[in-house]
Amino acid sequence: MAYSEKVMDHFANPRNVGEIKDASGIGEVGNSKCGDIMKMYIKVEGNVITECKFKTFGCGAAIATSSMATELIKGKTIDEALKLTNKAVMEALDGLPPVKVHCSVLAEQAIKAALSDYYTRQGIDPEPIVGKIEECDHDHGCSCGEC
Amino acid sequence: MRKIYADNAATTALSPKVLEKMMPYLTTVYGNPSSLYEIGAEAKKAVENARAKIASLIGAKSPNEIYFTSGGSEADNWAIKGMCRALKQKGKNHIITSKFEHHAVLHTCKALEKEGFEVTYLDVYENGIVKVEDVKNAIKDTTALVTIMYANNEIGTIQPISQIGAICRENRVIFHTDAVQAMGNVHINVEEQNIDMLSLTGHKFHGPKGCGALYIRRGVRPDVLIDGGAQERTRRAGTENVAGIVGLAEALELAISTMEERNARLTKMRDRLIDGLLKIERSRVNGDRTNRLPGNINMCFEGIEGESLLLRLDMAGISASSGSACTSGDLDPSHVLLSIGLPHEIAHGSMRLSFSDDNTEEDVDYILEKVPVIVDYLRQMSPLWEKIKEEERNS
Repeated sequence: MAYSEKVMDHFANPRNVGEIKDASGIGEVGNSKCGDIMKMYIKVEGNVITECKFKTFGCGAAIATSSMATELIKGKTIDEALKLTNKAVMEALDGLPPVKVHCSVLAEQAIKAALSDYYTRQGIDPEPIVGKIEECDHDHGCSCGEC
Repeated sequence: MRKIYADNAATTALSPKVLEKMMPYLTTVYGNPSSLYEIGAEAKKAVENARAKIASLIGAKSPNEIYFTSGGSEADNWAIKGMCRALKQKGKNHIITSKFEHHAVLHTCKALEKEGFEVTYLDVYENGIVKVEDVKNAIKDTTALVTIMYANNEIGTIQPISQIGAICRENRVIFHTDAVQAMGNVHINVEEQNIDMLSLTGHKFHGPKGCGALYIRRGVRPDVLIDGGAQERTRRAGTENVAGIVGLAEALELAISTMEERNARLTKMRDRLIDGLLKIERSRVNGDRTNRLPGNINMCFEGIEGESLLLRLDMAGISASSGSACTSGDLDPSHVLLSIGLPHEIAHGSMRLSFSDDNTEEDVDYILEKVPVIVDYLRQMSPLWEKIKEEERNS
C-alpha cells in the first residue's frame, strides 16, 4: 500500500490542526475501537465558514483526509460545504488506497457533524438539511458504505 | 539522515558471507542436482551438505529428517495439513494450537475445520505464554496434532516448548512447532525437546528469502506435499532451490555460532530501550518482559494510532511495524495483541521494533530520542488523548 505524495504532504504537514475556542459548531465521528476519531471545529460568520480546525486519532489517511477536508471548506459558504463529498476529498489528495476510502467518508461525515451541531445551536433541526450522520458499527464492519 | 532498520522480525538483510557461499550456485554450478554430470553432482553435493549441516545444527538424528521448502508458511501448511489428513483415517480429528499463532498456522487450522477437524485454540494469557497444563488438559484420544509456535512473531514471547514436547511424547501425540522466529535466536534441539516437526525459514536470520525447511522426525509421516520427481525423498517434488538451500544452511550456522554473544548484546539493548520508552506516560510492554526474544520490543502508546506512528518513524529514518488494524488492511487490530487481552483502542497504538546483529546501541539512543517526540506530537492532535486526559482530571 502506498500513499500519494499529496497524502504524505498532508500527513507530514497537516493544515488547520487544533481547536476553535468559540466554535460555531463541533462534530465528532468514528470511535476508538475502530481506530479512528475525527473532531471538526467550524467558525461561521454570516453564511461563510471563516475558520475550520481538526483533531484526529487515526492512521495516515485519516489525518490527511481531515487536513484536506478543512482546506476544502475553509472560506466556503455553508451550502458549498454541505456539498463536500468524500470523492472530492479523495480527488484532492490524488486518490487513496482502496482500504483507506473509509477515511475520506469519515472526513465528509465529520464536516457534516460539525454543520449539524451548528444548526442545532441555532435551534434548527439539522437532519432535513445535513442528512443523517452514519455511525461506525464495528461489529459488522464499517458502515461507511465503501469498506 | 540516519537510517535504522528495526523490523528484523519481518525479514533480515542477506549476510554478505551468505551471499558469497551462494554465488557459485547462482552462476557456474547451475546444474540440476538430479543430473549425473559434474555440475549436477556438484549441486547435489551442496544440497546434501546443507541438509546435513542443518540436521546437526538443530539436533536431528539424520539429514534425511530435513525437507527443504519454499519457506515457513509452506512448512507450516505441510506439517499441519499433511499430518492431520494422514491421521484422520485413524480416527484422529482434533488439533491443539494457540490463539496467537502466525496466520500460516491459524488459517491452516481454519481450513482444516472446514474439513471436519475440531480445533482447540489455547489461551496465551496476559504474558503471551501458553500454559503447559492447558496443553495437557486439552489432549484427548482423538488428538492428531499439537502445534505451538516456539516464539511469537509480534511480541517475541518464548513458549515452554520442552515441557510441551514432553507432554506430547507421554501422550503419544505428534508435536509440531513453528520455529520461524526462534531459530538462530534460542537454543533448539529437536531430540532433547521431543519435537516431531519443526518449521524454519532462512530470511529471518540473514539468509535468502524463498527457502525454508521442515524437520520431520523419522517415523512421522505427513501426507506427501507435492507429487512429482524424487526430490526430498519423494515427499516434496520439484527441482531444488540450490543457492537458497546453501544460503539457508550457511546463515543458520552463522546465526547459531554467534548466538550467545549476540543475545547478550541485544538483550541489553532491548531492555534499555524498553525502560526508556516506558518513561512515556500511558505506555506498556506487550508480552512477558524476560521470556522473550532478545531483539523484540513491542509496546503500546495510548491515544495514538500505530500506522501514523510508523509513518512518522519512517520520516525519521526508522523502519518499524505495528499491529494496528490500518497496517493489516483489516478492521481489527492484531489477533496477537487481542489474545493477550488488550482492548481494541490500545492495540491500535502498538509498535514493534526488532533488532538483529546489524543494530547498535547508537540505534537505541536515536530511537529513544525520536519516539517520545513523535508520540507527543500525535497525542497533541488526538481527540482520544484529549478524552483520556479529561478522564484523568475527573477521577
